[in-house]
Amino acid sequence: MSRAALLILADGRFPAGGHAHSGGAEAAVKAGRVTGAPSLEDFCRGRLHTTGLVSAGLAAAAALGADGRAALDEAVDAHTRSLALRTAARKLGRQLLRAGRATWPSPELDALARAFPKGAHQPVVLGTTARAAGLGPADAAYCAAYETVSGPATAVVRLLGLDPFEATAVLARLGADLDEVAAAAVRAAHRVPEEGLHALPAASAPLLEIGGEAHAAWPVRLFAS
Amino acid sequence: MHLDHDHTHSDAAAVSADAHRPDGRRRALRIGLGGPVGSGKTATVAALCRALRDELSLAVVTNDIYTREDAEFLLREAVLPPERITAVETGACPHTAIRDDISANLEAVEDLEDEVGPLDLILVESGGDNLTATFSRGLVDAQVFVIDVAGGDDIPRKGGPGVTTADLLIVNKTDLARYVGSDLARMAADAKAQRGELPVVFQSLRSEEHVAPVADWVRARYAAWAAAAA
Ligand SMILES: Nc1nc2c(ncn2[C@@H]2O[C@H](COP(=O)(O)OP(=O)(O)OP(=O)(O)O)[C@@H](O)[C@H]2O)c(=O)[nH]1
Ligand SMILES: [Mg+2]
Repeated sequence: MSRAALLILADGRFPAGGHAHSGGAEAAVKAGRVTGAPSLEDFCRGRLHTTGLVSAGLAAAAALGADGRAALDEAVDAHTRSLALRTAARKLGRQLLRAGRATWPSPELDALARAFPKGAHQPVVLGTTARAAGLGPADAAYCAAYETVSGPATAVVRLLGLDPFEATAVLARLGADLDEVAAAAVRAAHRVPEEGLHALPAASAPLLEIGGEAHAAWPVRLFAS
Repeated sequence: MHLDHDHTHSDAAAVSADAHRPDGRRRALRIGLGGPVGSGKTATVAALCRALRDELSLAVVTNDIYTREDAEFLLREAVLPPERITAVETGACPHTAIRDDISANLEAVEDLEDEVGPLDLILVESGGDNLTATFSRGLVDAQVFVIDVAGGDDIPRKGGPGVTTADLLIVNKTDLARYVGSDLARMAADAKAQRGELPVVFQSLRSEEHVAPVADWVRARYAAWAAAAA
């Protein structure tokens, strides 16, 4: 396994479509809930322990197992009430799958593309891509968890003109939370073979889902979600 | 152009520039149109659709910065049936979506081929951007850079990747030159100095000649593309 693969996969410049999504930050900014670095940190911490934990669990499980990706994908559908967020997650999954297949060609990624021509959910693709890159479940969980906060942080730099150094410092302050979320996700993923998908975290963030639905209906917006 | 390299991914979506669809058919020629805000990209796309739609099977992808204005303009003008026009959202960064991370645009062109194909030509319009915004060769086979005379007659002299390297440079709105004091001869000389033998078209969509020279350029590109397939 190459550690460098982790850097490539986690790099914000990895061409998998993430730049067009704010992870709910655009809706939160418009609603006045994110106005600067402190509220960005609160927003990110909340998203990390809900959406982030769920995504990290799915990614870790997908990175562990060759089978059962369709069931994981169904679990996301069942868990995500917002159609707008489900659609965004599939879109991002499809884009990541393209980038992943070009970067780390693998029969498992090809099979996933065949099974989901219009895209599987992003965390499932992320875990499978990590596996194709020779990475393990912890790496996949970290990537998934980190993305749930790095996306909003970059988006808020564009939306509010927030000082990019402050936004990056917010991410650094979330380090311990990221460790905690990734560890919990990996523990849960290891229990899946015995206990089934119920072992995976199922925290939810209703306000993110409501915000996501409202955002999708705006006629004018900077980000796709 | 190295578009015909072997592709190992024989199933599901092809990877970027592969010249063939997953089913083995040759894909549509993809031409990108970029350039500064308001220079006339959408107007040129609309005019090209009208000029070419009876001879080629066409579709359009737009990349707006924060609205769906371009797609909606094309729909309103009914230059093509609505299912042939797709808008991509770019997250405030059109040049990222056409150059650094082309995945959403590739998805849009593939979906168009799946849903309304077979297509001969797909026009991809970038949202108005700066002079450095160019398309990735993974997304388009040829690119057109559209500037206008009202944006300042020193733009060709300033150069930049769009002006210097685009396969075709359009200097649009020549009808306005006398009102804004732009020196067309100087623009032509500067463009020549920057671009050497690469073509430049001076165009006014308010004139009789309209989009005809650009439509001819597109026809020639398409003929070369189709010939390479044979
Ligand atoms: N006088 C004149 N106006 C033109 C010409 N071509 C386009 N326009 C006008 O210029 C304005 C901008 O044209 P668009 O085609 O929307 O420009 P665009 O490059 O697509 O703009 P963005 O997508 O916003 O970057 C519109 O009002 C057009 O009608 C031309 O040749 N002459
Ligand atoms: Mg336009």
